[in-house]
Amino acid sequence: MPTFNDILIMLPEFYLVAAACVLLLTDAFMKPEQRPHLHWISIFVLLVGIYLVIAGQPEQAATAFGGMFVRDDVAEILKVFALGTTALVFVYARPYLIDRKLLIGEFYTLMIFAVLGIMLLVSAGNLLTVYLGLELLSLSSYALVALNRDARLPSEAAIKYFVLGALASGMLLYGMSMVYGASGMGGTPSLDLAQLHNVMTYTTAPNLLLFGLIFMIVGIGFKLGAAPFHMWIPDVYQGAPTPITTFIASGSKLAAFGMAFRLLSSGMGDLSQHWHLMLAVLAVISLAIGNLVAIVQTNLKRMLAYSTISHMGYLLLGLSAAGPEGYAAAMFYAICYALMGVAAFGVMLALSRAGFECEEIADLKGLNQKSPWMAFLMLLAMFSLAGVPPLFGFWAKVLVLEAAIHANMLWLAIVGIVFAIIGLYYYLYVIKVMYFDKPAEGSVLTVQQDKPLRVVLSLNALSLLALGLYWGPLLGWCRSAFGL
Amino acid sequence: MITLSHYIVLGAVLFCIAVAGLFINRKNVIVLLMSIELMLLAVNMNFVAFSSFLGDVSGQVFVFFILTVAAAEAAIGLAILVLLFRNRSTINIADIDSMKG
Repeated sequence: MPTFNDILIMLPEFYLVAAACVLLLTDAFMKPEQRPHLHWISIFVLLVGIYLVIAGQPEQAATAFGGMFVRDDVAEILKVFALGTTALVFVYARPYLIDRKLLIGEFYTLMIFAVLGIMLLVSAGNLLTVYLGLELLSLSSYALVALNRDARLPSEAAIKYFVLGALASGMLLYGMSMVYGASGMGGTPSLDLAQLHNVMTYTTAPNLLLFGLIFMIVGIGFKLGAAPFHMWIPDVYQGAPTPITTFIASGSKLAAFGMAFRLLSSGMGDLSQHWHLMLAVLAVISLAIGNLVAIVQTNLKRMLAYSTISHMGYLLLGLSAAGPEGYAAAMFYAICYALMGVAAFGVMLALSRAGFECEEIADLKGLNQKSPWMAFLMLLAMFSLAGVPPLFGFWAKVLVLEAAIHANMLWLAIVGIVFAIIGLYYYLYVIKVMYFDKPAEGSVLTVQQDKPLRVVLSLNALSLLALGLYWGPLLGWCRSAFGL
Repeated sequence: MITLSHYIVLGAVLFCIAVAGLFINRKNVIVLLMSIELMLLAVNMNFVAFSSFLGDVSGQVFVFFILTVAAAEAAIGLAILVLLFRNRSTINIADIDSMKG
C-alpha cells in the first residue's frame, strides 16, 4: 500500500499535476483581459517547483511506490535545470507569442505537463515509469509543435515529429518486452530497473536480452536525436514555433540524458561491455553528420538543429565511457547544452517581431551596428556552442573527452576533437555575418522592448561566461551525484 | 501445441509488418497511424505471451498502460492530421516536403 511517505517523496510531481490542472481551469474561467496574468502565474509555479525539488531532497536516495519512482541526486539536478530552463523559455516566449496571438493557456499547461513528463522520466525506477514519463513528454511536445494552427510549416513538422516519435516509442517498447521476457527465463520476471541490473548473470536467454537491449538503444537514439536516428530533428526545429524549438533543444535533451542513464546504467549496467561500443558508434556518426551538414545550412534554426545532433554526439561520448566519471561529464554536458541552446534561441526570439521571423542566418547581417549588446550575447552563445575557451561549452567538451580517454577510447576522443574544429566554421560564420557584414538593403532589424526578456536573456548569456570561468561548484555537484 | 516461441514469432512478424508499413507506404498518412497502432499491438502480444507463460502479472498491467497511451496517441495523431489537411488540403506523404536540406 502507498504510504504518506511515498507521497512526500513525489511531492514536487504531485504539486505540478495539481498546479497544471488549476491553471487549465483558471484559464477556462478567466476574463480575456486577465489572461496575461497566466504568464507570471506559470513562472511562479515552476519556481515553486524548483524550491520543492531542492528543499525536500532526502539525504539518501529514496524510492517510492515499491521502486517505481526514485528520488536521488541525479534526478534532483536534472529536475532543477529542466524546470529552470522552462521558466527561461516562458520569459523569452512572451513577446513572440503576443505578436502572433498565441499567448493562450494551452501553451503554459502543455509546457508544464511536458516538464512533468521530464520529471517522471528522470526519476523512473521501472520500465513502466520510463514509458509513461516519456509519453507524457512526447504527446505534449507533439501538440506544442502544432500550436500555431493556421501555419503550414508547424503542421508538417508536427506530423513528422509524431510519426517518428511514435516509431521510437514502439521500438523502445519492443525492446522492453524482450528484456522483460529474458528476465523471466531462469529467474523472476521483472520490470524493475534495479532488479534488471543483474539479469545477465542468471538469464537462460542472453540473446533475447541483447536483442531487447539493441531495440532500447534505438529508441534512446531517436529521443536523443543521435544520428542515424536524427531525421526528425532538422524539420521539427525549423517548423516548430521558435519558443517550442527552444524547449525541445533544452528541457527535452535533459530528459533524453536522464532516460539513457536510467535505462542503460540503472537498468542494463551489467551489459555495459555490450552497449558502450554501440554508443561510441552512434557518437561518431552523430559528430560527423551533425557537423558536416550544418556547414551548408542557410537557415539558423536548421543549422542549430544539426549542431544539436553533433552535441548529442559529445553527450554520447561521455555516456559510452560507461562509468561514474563519464555519466557525470555527460550530465554536465546536457546541462551546458540546455543553457547554451536557450541563450541562442533566446536571441532569435528577441529579434523576431510581428510579421518577421528571425531565422535565416542572413537576417543577422550587421546586427552589431543595430544592437551591439544583442550581437555580443549571440557571440557568447556561439562561442560557447563552438567550445571556445574560456566559455562554458569548452569545459563541457574537455570533460567528455577526458572521460573517453580514461575509458581507453583515445580514438573516440581524437574524432571528437577533429569534429570540434570542423564545427568551429559554422559558428564563426554566424559571428562574421553579425560583425563584418553590412545590413541588407531595407533591413529593419529591431530588438523586442520587453524588459524581462532583455534582462533575463543577458543574465543567461553572461552565465555562460561566468560558468566558464567558475565551473567548479556545478561540476562538483554533478560528480557527487554519481558518488565521485 | 502452441509454445511461447510461436507467440514471440507472431509478435515479431506483426512488428515487422508495422515497420515496413511505416517505411514503404508512400501514399497516405492514415496508413502511417494504422502502422503505429499495429506496432503497439505487436508489443502487447509479446508482453501478454511472456506474462502468461512466465506466470507474472506485471506484463499484463503494462499492456493496459500501453493500450491507454495508444488511445491518447491516436487522438493527438488524428488531431495533427486534421490540421495538416486543413492547411494543405492533402494528406499525401509525397506532398509533405516543404522543408529540405
